[in-house]
Amino acid sequence: MNDAPLLTMRGIVKRFPGVLALGGVELEVRAGEVHCLLGQNGAGKSTLIKVLSASYQPDEGEILWEGKPVVLSTPQASMDLGISTIYQELDLVPDLSVAENIFLGHELSTAGFSQRGETIRRTRELLARLGHSEIQPTRSVGRLSPAAQQIVSMARALSQDTRLLILDEPSAVLDQGEVDNLFRVIRDLTAEGVAVVYISHRLEEIRQIGDRITVLKDGSTVATGLAVDQTPTSDLIKLMTGRSIEYVFPPRGDAGPPTGEPILEVIGLELPGVFTGVDLSVRAGEIVGLAGLVGAGRSEILETLYGARRPSAGTVRVAGKELRRGSVPAAVKAGVGLAPEERKSQGLLLDQAIYSNITVSTMGRFSRFGLLDSRAERKRSAELTESLDVRPAGVDRLVRLLSGGNQQKVVLARWLLRECRVLLLDEPTRGVDVGARAEIYTLVRSLADSGVAVVVVSSEVEEVLGLSDRVLVVREGRVVHEGPAGEIDESRVLDLVMEGKVA
Amino acid sequence: MSEQSTSRDRGSVENTVAPSKDTVTVERAAAESGRGGGGLMSGSFGRNLGLVVALLLICAAGVVTAGDRFASVDNLLTVLRFASALGVVAIGMTFVITGGGIDLSVGAIVALCSVWATTFATQTMATDSHWIVMVFAALAVGAGCGLVNGVVIAYGKVVPFITTLAMLAAARGLAEIISERRTQIVTVDGFKDFFAADILGVPLLVIIFVLVSIGGWVLLNRTTFGRRTLAVGGNPEAARLAGINVNRHTVMLYVLVGLCCGLAALMLVSRTTTGSSTHGTLWELDAIAAVVIGGTLLTGGRGTIVGTVVGVLIFATLGNVFTLNNQDTSTQAVAKGLIIVVAVLLQQRLARNANST
Repeated sequence: MNDAPLLTMRGIVKRFPGVLALGGVELEVRAGEVHCLLGQNGAGKSTLIKVLSASYQPDEGEILWEGKPVVLSTPQASMDLGISTIYQELDLVPDLSVAENIFLGHELSTAGFSQRGETIRRTRELLARLGHSEIQPTRSVGRLSPAAQQIVSMARALSQDTRLLILDEPSAVLDQGEVDNLFRVIRDLTAEGVAVVYISHRLEEIRQIGDRITVLKDGSTVATGLAVDQTPTSDLIKLMTGRSIEYVFPPRGDAGPPTGEPILEVIGLELPGVFTGVDLSVRAGEIVGLAGLVGAGRSEILETLYGARRPSAGTVRVAGKELRRGSVPAAVKAGVGLAPEERKSQGLLLDQAIYSNITVSTMGRFSRFGLLDSRAERKRSAELTESLDVRPAGVDRLVRLLSGGNQQKVVLARWLLRECRVLLLDEPTRGVDVGARAEIYTLVRSLADSGVAVVVVSSEVEEVLGLSDRVLVVREGRVVHEGPAGEIDESRVLDLVMEGKVA
Repeated sequence: MSEQSTSRDRGSVENTVAPSKDTVTVERAAAESGRGGGGLMSGSFGRNLGLVVALLLICAAGVVTAGDRFASVDNLLTVLRFASALGVVAIGMTFVITGGGIDLSVGAIVALCSVWATTFATQTMATDSHWIVMVFAALAVGAGCGLVNGVVIAYGKVVPFITTLAMLAAARGLAEIISERRTQIVTVDGFKDFFAADILGVPLLVIIFVLVSIGGWVLLNRTTFGRRTLAVGGNPEAARLAGINVNRHTVMLYVLVGLCCGLAALMLVSRTTTGSSTHGTLWELDAIAAVVIGGTLLTGGRGTIVGTVVGVLIFATLGNVFTLNNQDTSTQAVAKGLIIVVAVLLQQRLARNANST
């Protein structure tokens, strides 16, 4: 092996109008290692990746590849060196097949005619190498699960002789079993000498897979080359945030579990092929968590009781009144709010101002004869964003410009303004950094304390257990366990979701 | 409409400009000085500047080539009178496109409305009772066609392009059947007198266009209907999950453009004193061109009434300059194509500059 590290970045600076996105980043990646990049949202991780994939040109600093200076002027130049990036938001073409996606841009062809057989054969090989021979090369990518789509992205990276693989939050769309498989693939790759830059918010993953860590904060490297097994978690969190706590869940009320009439009652809800016989009741002030694997039907349950999907059987009652099936406006009118899983594609109007995202469900309140009083909208939104500490301030800012945590606060502000009685939260902290997570937990708890019935779905068991009063475990479309959150631990939940032993 | 100004061109940059504590103060300062009242002006100003430049260039060409024949109040009013009916359609089109749709059937609906309002039966009824019957006939037919479009699109889940293409064929065919391909002369004096009227020297048709434009601006920028249109066009799924009845809103958008077609048909009938199945031929393309060079995004989520109005004026002035110079319509069509491309290119550049300060 060459003595020089595979990749060295020195003093990388990237400015955008009015913002210093990177203010001197140092990074050194060796062949065959998993190098973890840690930092809060907005610390500069994404910008750094885009410099490496040559989407952006750095304003200052130098990049060395095997000790020799290189200029990454075009994405092609970066690819030619062997740098592949798998983004958080997968960049696949949904209507093309698996094989076509993998070889997109470097199709196998003779005289312009594509070599179909060879393409499919090579695709099979790549998928087998990744341990996913069950994926059909001819299937269109849009019909695959997110986890399988990620495998396709990785196969695409491998199809081009990758020497440095960048994974941006790869586990965000995966459940535990899929994460384990991903780690196996990563270990295989590093054993072959491929270097991996791994970005994640989840410290426990970094413990499992990482060799060394570089921590970014506010666009600068604050620590680099830390050995994973010799750096305590508390140190890492201190470096990232200046705080020394990981998850802080707000305390549950002293009065014990809330009593009284349930606000949300679900009886025998069924969506054919997805889930069946779901009963659920939530009282005012109570937080109920749904745990389970991705694909177990958790998100679908939420969407169905919100009216976004039409169930084949079952009733949903809010404060004793039955909701019309499959009608979102009816649910909203009855005081139900949803913070959807895919915040960007389902929750937000990205190209609109913060205030109009907040008031979109309450517009009637700011209008007379249909005429909007946008001064009142801005004023009320500003009060909310201030109390939720949305940063940066300013309600005319486009939502697209906010970080994940702040975008989630905007969605919550929408339902706070609506004063809803039932709040459904689907993956409330996905893509949200550690600091903002604690704020969101506190916010959800204080909403419950004010009398809102909350249902939380999360892939992170720790989050479900820590935040909820009561937990339902869902497996393959059925509720297999229900009980107080305090009486069940993480390993028991994992046992239930994997084995489905009915308690 | 101005608040959305900065988004698309900077897309790639924005994901990474998430705030760190050090930059917050800087950004806040920038936000306070740049946005608010002043920011609104500068945003739309940047976007519309290219259009205004194009309009001025055409006017300059008019003055140079036709002199006083171009630069007179009479000629100005003529241009406006001819632009008004198409302008009303283009305002309706702005809403549909902002809401993420498209309507190819506007020209055909105009023809059908003009024919329906001038049949022997309608005109007899109008003579017997009141000319307002013709107005109701045109508006009802327009709204009816829009309703069919909207219901098929929203509830039948047929894409707008195909639905309105079908309506384009069907409505013009129906207009031909009803009129037996004959030009129907308007004989109702009350109708003719009313629409031919001037107010302080300004033709009523022009006044209608101005009123529809102002109404459209208020509707798009100051009402819940307009805000919902932006939401539905920008992200229909998010709009639906926020509790907006997206299907119902979509239907309303097509009914709105249908009503605009009915009104435009009345304006056209009064100007030509005829109803005909050939009225409004190719207006769908003129209307879409005006909307798009005006700066409304074809993908939905951002719309500008001011831009559409200037877009309509550009094409109308262009036609006028060519006519005054005795050029045929073919040359005019070539110039029109060039203008569309140049205006959109110019506009993108200027918008980028205006945003990157």
